[in-house]
Amino acid sequence: MYNNIILDRLRVDKLPTMWCPGCGHGIILAALLKSIDKMGWEKENTVVVSGIGCAGRVPGYIDACTLHTTHGRALGFATGIKFAHPELNVIAVMGDGDASAIGGNHLIHAARRNIDITAIVFNNDIYGMTGGQKSPTTPHGYNSTTSQYGNAEIPFDLCKLVEGAGATFVAREIQSNHINLEKIILKALQKKGFSFVEAFSVCPTSFGRRNKLTSDATKNIDWVKSMSVTKAQAEKRTPEELEGKIITGVFVDIERPEFIESYLKYDLSGANCEK
Amino acid sequence: MTTKYEALTGAEAAALAMKQINPDVVAVYPITPQTPIVMKFSEYVANGEVDTEMVRVESEHSAMSATVGAAGAGARAMTATAANGLALMWEIVYIAASTRLPIVMGLVNRALSGPINIHCDHSDSMGARDSGWIQIYSENAQEVYDNYFMALRIAEHKDVLLPVMVCQDGFITSHSVENVLPLEDAQVKKFIGKKNFKGLLTSEKPYTIGPLDLQDYYMEHKMQQHDAMKHVIPVIEKIQKEYAETFDRKYEIIEEYRTDDADMVIVGMSSVMGTVKDVIDMMREEGIKVGAVKPRLFRPFPAEKIKNVLSKFKAIIILDRSDSFGSFPPLYGEILASFFAAEKKPYIKSFIHGLGGRDTNVEMIKEVISELQKLRDTGESNFTIDYLGVR
Ligand SMILES: Cc1ncc(C[n+]2csc(CCOP(=O)(O)OP(=O)(O)O)c2C)c(N)n1
Ligand code: SF4
Repeated sequence: MYNNIILDRLRVDKLPTMWCPGCGHGIILAALLKSIDKMGWEKENTVVVSGIGCAGRVPGYIDACTLHTTHGRALGFATGIKFAHPELNVIAVMGDGDASAIGGNHLIHAARRNIDITAIVFNNDIYGMTGGQKSPTTPHGYNSTTSQYGNAEIPFDLCKLVEGAGATFVAREIQSNHINLEKIILKALQKKGFSFVEAFSVCPTSFGRRNKLTSDATKNIDWVKSMSVTKAQAEKRTPEELEGKIITGVFVDIERPEFIESYLKYDLSGANCEK
Repeated sequence: MTTKYEALTGAEAAALAMKQINPDVVAVYPITPQTPIVMKFSEYVANGEVDTEMVRVESEHSAMSATVGAAGAGARAMTATAANGLALMWEIVYIAASTRLPIVMGLVNRALSGPINIHCDHSDSMGARDSGWIQIYSENAQEVYDNYFMALRIAEHKDVLLPVMVCQDGFITSHSVENVLPLEDAQVKKFIGKKNFKGLLTSEKPYTIGPLDLQDYYMEHKMQQHDAMKHVIPVIEKIQKEYAETFDRKYEIIEEYRTDDADMVIVGMSSVMGTVKDVIDMMREEGIKVGAVKPRLFRPFPAEKIKNVLSKFKAIIILDRSDSFGSFPPLYGEILASFFAAEKKPYIKSFIHGLGGRDTNVEMIKEVISELQKLRDTGESNFTIDYLGVR
């Protein structure tokens, strides 16, 4: 049944995808499609916007209103769409580099404004598309084509970043925990406000091969699993034990005035007055 | 001098040149097809083969900002990009030139979105033609390599002090392996010399870079940029001559190929000229007297020189790898302007080719040559613009 749901929401003539064998992005895409289906959203009122990167190719495959923009700008474009047509359901799909390097500014401001958009970051710890350069989420000490002997930098905790900026729903899940990932994405779609899901992907080609995980997908998936700790488990561990771990779960689920509604109330209050 | 060829891609040749220049600071963000430059250079840094501080910044906007900051502080600073990367740098691209910072940037030409396309054309650098940068276009990996050293000398020349873009064609040059004859490190070191410009921020006197400049002095400062550009051509000629004398490698601002007895020529820049030369050789076998003219410099535009070279011919066809919607393609437009005051003008026609990486192949160049013959004999298509190899 699931397969039919997925196929119905895909542009089957565009398959197979351009993703490498073992790439984690397809599994996240499936979870997203199933969640959209559960929301009962029509193709005509669902808008999926992406930037550039392997994750950025998602809009090409989804049968809905989709927009493939420039590197880092998915949320900028999405903001415009939501403003023009607040009744549309707007989802922004981004890679980790897309969202937090070149497009980092849009991410924090979308969260701060609390605009009703769901942002999904396909985090594979690397710039996949351009051949494995380190990104702001590449773990400390790990290799990439621009950190051949290990990454000297400290990565972002994207969930904390977005929480700090003011998002009303923030969660992280790994791609192999598929059922849970789908549930989390569904919650994010239900949220009225800026919702953020960091979906942990794998990139065997550009990350795995350089970090002793080879291009074997299962090794990469197992590594992500071995690094992941649920929020409940994490509460029992020391900060040292949690160093470098991927903590999963829902971190924020609160209510705050949504941006467009506030905008109509304040910025347009004069215009709305009876003259 | 080394006599051992190395098999290098254009990108590797650029990275090797950067390694031998050993800049103080390199700030970059990856973008196809520039990435192999970044990755190779990063390897040099990691292996301790250069003394460079390499900053892997979070976008091209930051890459150019950091490069300007570093150069402003007196460092030899370099970067590299392509297409949308250059577009994102835009704001600071102008600032680098107007602040008179001798930055050398590798530009791997790629079509500027949209629609998104990762392959070669010159729409990226042509968009920046009025930014105040010097632009040098390279035909092959060897030229890329040699251009870097000359570019550095040009940029840092006291009469110039302007940033230089060293352009090569994305994928066609950047990713194809060719034989490149490198120089020895010591030779490069000697040729480029010690940097002879002081960073404004490290001069004896405290300076401010980039303060507000309004109706009072802005125009004078712009005129200085204009004047600096006027110094470029004589400086390049001097440096090219020195390069030829030192390394036995001769480069001209405008390269001519089999033009001695030609009455018609194809004019174009970068990698397509390799194909053009080959087709000319084939046509020569058939007794067709056709030649080629390749400007290596687009900014400043060598107008006087191009006019002198081209006025020898009856007909010329200009190949542009970018369009200027609603106007003349860039190279064509510049050449038309160069001829405006000339008494003797050849028949002249434009072809736009190779957009978004479309291959400009032997057959197409043969078609151009037959168009050239018609143009020469009838003059009918004089002043027309056509697309080459479109459906
Ligand atoms: C302005 C600009 N700079 C750089 C690029 C090159 N580029 C394309 S995708 C990408 C990074 C992709 O990594 P990520 O966003 O993490 O997504 P992934 O491919 O890993 O899914 C980069 C640097 C670009 N397209 N535009
Ligand atoms: S490079 Fe990595 S992220 Fe891109 S398709 Fe391949 S495995 Fe997936």
